[in-house]
Formats: sequence, C-alpha cells, structure tokens
Amino acid sequence: MSKIIVFVEQNAGNVSRASLEALGAANSLGGEVVAVVFGDGSTSVALNAARTIALEGTQYSPDAIAADITAIANEEGAGAVFCASTGVGRDLAPRIAALMDCPCFSDCTAVAANGDSIAFTRPTLAGKLIANVKSSGKAVATLRRNCFQEVEGESAAVTTRPASTDFKALLTEITAKTGGTLDVSEAPIIVSGGRGMKDPANFKLLEDLAAAFGNAAVGASRAVVDAGWRPHGEQVGQTGKTVAPQLYFAIGISGAIQHIAGMKTSKVIVAINKDPEAAIFKLADYGIVGDAMEIVPALTEAVKGALAGA
Amino acid sequence: MNIVACIKRVPATETQPKIASDGKGMDHSRVEYMLSFYDEIALEEAIRTKEAAGGEVTALTLGPAEATKEIRDCLARGADKGTLLTDPEWHARDTRTTARALAAQVTALGAEIVFCGRQATDRDNAAVGPMMATYLGWACVTDVIELSIDGTKGHAKRESERGIESYTFDLPAVITCQKGLNEPRYAGLKGIMAAKKKPIEEIAPELVQNMTEVLGVELPPARPAGRIIGQGTDAIPALLEALRTEAKVL
Ligand SMILES: Cc1cc2nc3c(=O)[nH]c(=O)nc-3n(C[C@H](O)[C@H](O)[C@H](O)COP(=O)(O)OP(=O)(O)OC[C@H]3O[C@@H](n4cnc5c(N)ncnc54)[C@H](O)[C@@H]3O)c2cc1C
Ligand SMILES: Nc1ncnc2c1ncn2[C@@H]1O[C@H](COP(=O)(O)O)[C@@H](O)[C@H]1O
Repeated sequence: MSKIIVFVEQNAGNVSRASLEALGAANSLGGEVVAVVFGDGSTSVALNAARTIALEGTQYSPDAIAADITAIANEEGAGAVFCASTGVGRDLAPRIAALMDCPCFSDCTAVAANGDSIAFTRPTLAGKLIANVKSSGKAVATLRRNCFQEVEGESAAVTTRPASTDFKALLTEITAKTGGTLDVSEAPIIVSGGRGMKDPANFKLLEDLAAAFGNAAVGASRAVVDAGWRPHGEQVGQTGKTVAPQLYFAIGISGAIQHIAGMKTSKVIVAINKDPEAAIFKLADYGIVGDAMEIVPALTEAVKGALAGA
Repeated sequence: MNIVACIKRVPATETQPKIASDGKGMDHSRVEYMLSFYDEIALEEAIRTKEAAGGEVTALTLGPAEATKEIRDCLARGADKGTLLTDPEWHARDTRTTARALAAQVTALGAEIVFCGRQATDRDNAAVGPMMATYLGWACVTDVIELSIDGTKGHAKRESERGIESYTFDLPAVITCQKGLNEPRYAGLKGIMAAKKKPIEEIAPELVQNMTEVLGVELPPARPAGRIIGQGTDAIPALLEALRTEAKVL
C-alpha cells in the first residue's frame, strides 16, 4: 500500500472529528500515513500518523493550501490524498486532484486495499446507487462522516513549513451561522418538519422537541424551505443535506423520493403524519398516525419526562 | 463580459435506477433526463451577471446529441448561445476527463467567468468546477450563496462547518453555485420562441482517457419494514418504549 496524505482540519484549535475519522480510514489500509494540518503553529497536534506536517500561515486560501498539500504528496511519493467530506475538505480535494492530474472520489463511505491501490465505495444518485471504484493512478478522496472509526493518536513527530502565500482566492472573514446551534449534518438527532406543519410559526413545536432532546437539530423538507418557512441550511434531501443521525423524526413530511434520498441511512426513523398512506410510513421504523399539532407537544413533554427520569 | 454556465443533462431526480447488465453502471435505457438542479442556479447567476455587467452567456455541456434539449431550455431562460461537446458516453466520463474537456472549451470560448452547479445530481461529485478552475489556473469559490462582481474583483460567501466564509478573488474565476444564491427563472413563451433562433455549436470534445475504473455498482440494501405504532397522542408511550428498549437510541 502506498503512502497516504491526510489533510486534518482544526477548528478553533480542536482537531475535527471528521478528520480523525479520515485518519482512521487511512490507517486501516495499512500503509504509511502522513498528516498535514494548517494553522498558525499555536496548536499542538496529537495525531495517529507516522508524521505530521504543519503548514504555518495566517491567511487561508484554498488554492494555495491545495498546492501545498500537492507539493507534500509529490515529495512524499504518496499514492493518495484523503480529506474529510466537510465543507472545507470537499472544497480542497478536487483542486488537489487536478494538480495531481487524477480523479477525485467524493463522499466515500468505505475504503479497502485493492492490490497496490485503493477501492473506494461511494453513493451516487443521492444514494440510490452504490459505486465501487478505483483509480488507475493516484487518487484523491473525501470521506463521509460517521462511516469510519476515528483514531486518537499519540503525539506524532511534527515538522513545520511555511504555507504558500500565492493566493488566488483568499478567505477574509468567518462569521457565525445564524439559526440553530447544531447543524443537521452534525446532530445525532434531527427533528424535521414539512408542509404538514401548516405554518412557519408551528416550527416552534419542533424546536421545543429538539430542545427537549438537547442534542437535536431542526431539519426541513424542500417544500417548507422553498416557501421561506425555514433557512436553506436546514433542508434535508437530494438537493439539501445528506444526513445519517441516530434518530430522525419526519413530521408532516410525505416522504417524496428526493427527501428520502437525504435521510434513509438514518439509524432509526420515526414518522408522524395524519395520512396513514403517506410514503414515509413505508420507510419509517416507527410511525404514529395523527395530527402533528397535538402529538408533538405531548411528545416533547414525554421526552422531557423520560430523559429527566433516565 | 464573456460568461459561461456549465450545465449537465442528468437522470431526473424521480429515477429509480436499475443496474446495467455488465454490473458496472446504471441502465440508461428508458431514463428521463433533466437539467441538473444546481445548474439552474448556475445559469441564473450567469444571466444576472450579464444583466449587471453586460456581455454574453454561453451554456456549455459535455453530453449526448439529445442534450440540445437542456441547452435550448437554457437559451429560453436567457443564455445567448450554446456549446455542446458531443459525447454519447458523457455519463461514464470521470471528474478528471470531464473537467479537462470543459476547461479546454472554456479557454476556446475566451470566458472570463464560469458558473457551475455545486454538484451534478447524478454522481454527486462536487468536483468538476474546482478541478476545471485548477486546470485553468483560475480562482475558484465553491458552494457560493452570495456573490458580487465589481470589475475584475469578486466577493463570495459560502457556508461550511466553520461558519459563513467570505472570500475575495480576481477574475477569471469559476464559481460553483449552492442553493440560496438566487431563485432561478423559468422560460416564458417569448424566451422559448427566441431560443429557436439562438445558435448551438456542436463540437467534438478533447477527451483524455478515464482514470476511474468501476469495479461494480449495486443497489443499497433495503430498509427492513417498519410499523405503525398507533394513532394520536395515545401512541407516545409505546414509541418512547420502542426507542429505548428496541432501537436503543434514547
Ligand atoms: C429536482 C428536485 C429536487 C428536490 N429535492 C428535495 C430535497 O432535497 N428535499 C426535499 O425534502 N424535497 C425535495 N424535493 C421536493 C419533493 O419532491 C417534495 O415536493 C417535498 O419533499 C415535499 O415536502 P413535504 O413532505 O413537506 O410536503 P408534502 O408532500 O405536501 O407533504 C406534507 C405531508 O404532511 C402531512 N400532513 C398534513 N397535515 C398534517 C398534520 N396536521 N399533522 C401531520 N401530518 C400532516 C400530509 O399528510 C403530507 O404527507 C425535490 C424535488 C425536485 C423536483
Ligand atoms: N458533462 C458536463 N457538462 C457540463 N458541465 C458539467 C458536466 N459535468 C459536470 N459539470 C459541471 O460541474 C458541476 C459539478 O459536477 P460534479 O463534479 O460531477 O458533481 C455541475 O453542476 C456542472 O456545472
């Protein structure tokens, strides 16, 4: 197995879990793994990699970092570069692939050794097909969250080098997102609402249920996002976010194929819908037939009670 | 400004795919196609850029002869001309081959800004835009939700786990468009009539060989059938019990 470079993201000094999972995926293949981090050098990194190379810079430019990672991959003679399938990783990986003149495999859910190269499993058509692919040369891949075992590591030898300052696009500012604190793509529990919620004000009921769980985010169908009831970032589905939480509530959502594409790999799905024939019941592990306006507030109280008792 | 929108013909989102007999791809017979969802947003942003800065919009696709249908749709919405890189095997081209063919044509067209979708809704790579930009040596901002162009300077915002990120860049650039950037217009009757007279150029693409080898394609495992626990608020205790003891998620 050839050497693999893993780009490891840090947010506010913390190594991202998604990147630790990408490191886990790379380690599982058995070859040498070199981690690359970007930062101002003030954070110490503890990574499970043979070596860590810290790119030191104060300005972030995706094209410059992609060039730095590619230069490292070339110097190291690496056969593959992995990034986490995050907003940052998915932005960098294709640029690295073009610089290495090889394909980019996005959002992979499994990796396996295949002779000297790596076989990547990735959903296509919003998860309606699963493809198993490999590159005839080098490969760049992004790895989907919650699919690989994260590895916490011993402190690896860290070498530093200055990040390139040859920028084409430059990050000038990051502002906090408005709205819910937890993003649907990260939350272990998602409470999603659709047109059956009748009125944007009724989403308060879903926010209350999410708050009762404590670790839940509110999601939405495209119908309610397009109607302006909820922000785009909450949309789940083929043209929204793909989510795979432990527990997904579909409330007043009919279960259109494009919605299902984004949430069908959730561990447990609960549907609440007044129409017993709704397509969502074919998919849901547990269904309750009835009016969401009555059921959700009572469910919120019951969840509070259950969690207080636990 | 010389503006290009890269658009792709993809299977309609309702498609329930079947596996081709060789087990290496999707069976493309009897599939309905559409303009990829995010490419509508890319086209809209291209038209708005032209409305603000002047110039011309070319709708560019690597696709089969039938993709003139998607190009006509773009012309009806307001693009000025179309370029079809004719390739009956377009769906089997990998990200690298596609990005290189498009980059070569973008150069031939003399474009200053290129709009792509965030991802094509067939293979969900989200790679062709930034790969093309890199082959061209251009700036690129992906998943853009807000954009302003002022002469040769651009400002764009995108969302990631880090928050809302703001970027500055110089043209030429590739922008990949995320939902929320704009509300795409539909073609009106006048546009549909006008589109009939707009030119579509058909060219043989410069294709490098795929580096991607498909080992196999399969359908995802079906979910085991679930059950309706009950009606109304009476069903809540049974639901919580099932979540706790059976599903073990509480
Ligand atoms: C290209 C394309 C991409 C798309 N991408 C997405 C996507 O990413 N995500 C997505 O979600 N959709 C997507 N869609 C849209 C999708 O086809 C559906 O239109 C949409 O998901 C429907 O949203 P909904 O379930 O909220 O609304 P509806 O289909 O109107 O369903 C509302 C449901 O609420 C129930 N209901 C009504 N009143 C109550 C009540 N009081 N209590 C309980 N239940 C009630 C009804 O029985 C019904 O089942 C896409 C469509 C296209 C064409
Ligand atoms: N065959 C193609 N023809 C034209 N544009 C394409 C093609 N493939 C991809 N693109 C563009 O690149 C974007 C991302 O595609 P992908 O990387 O395949 O998800 C699409 O939304 C299009 O704008």
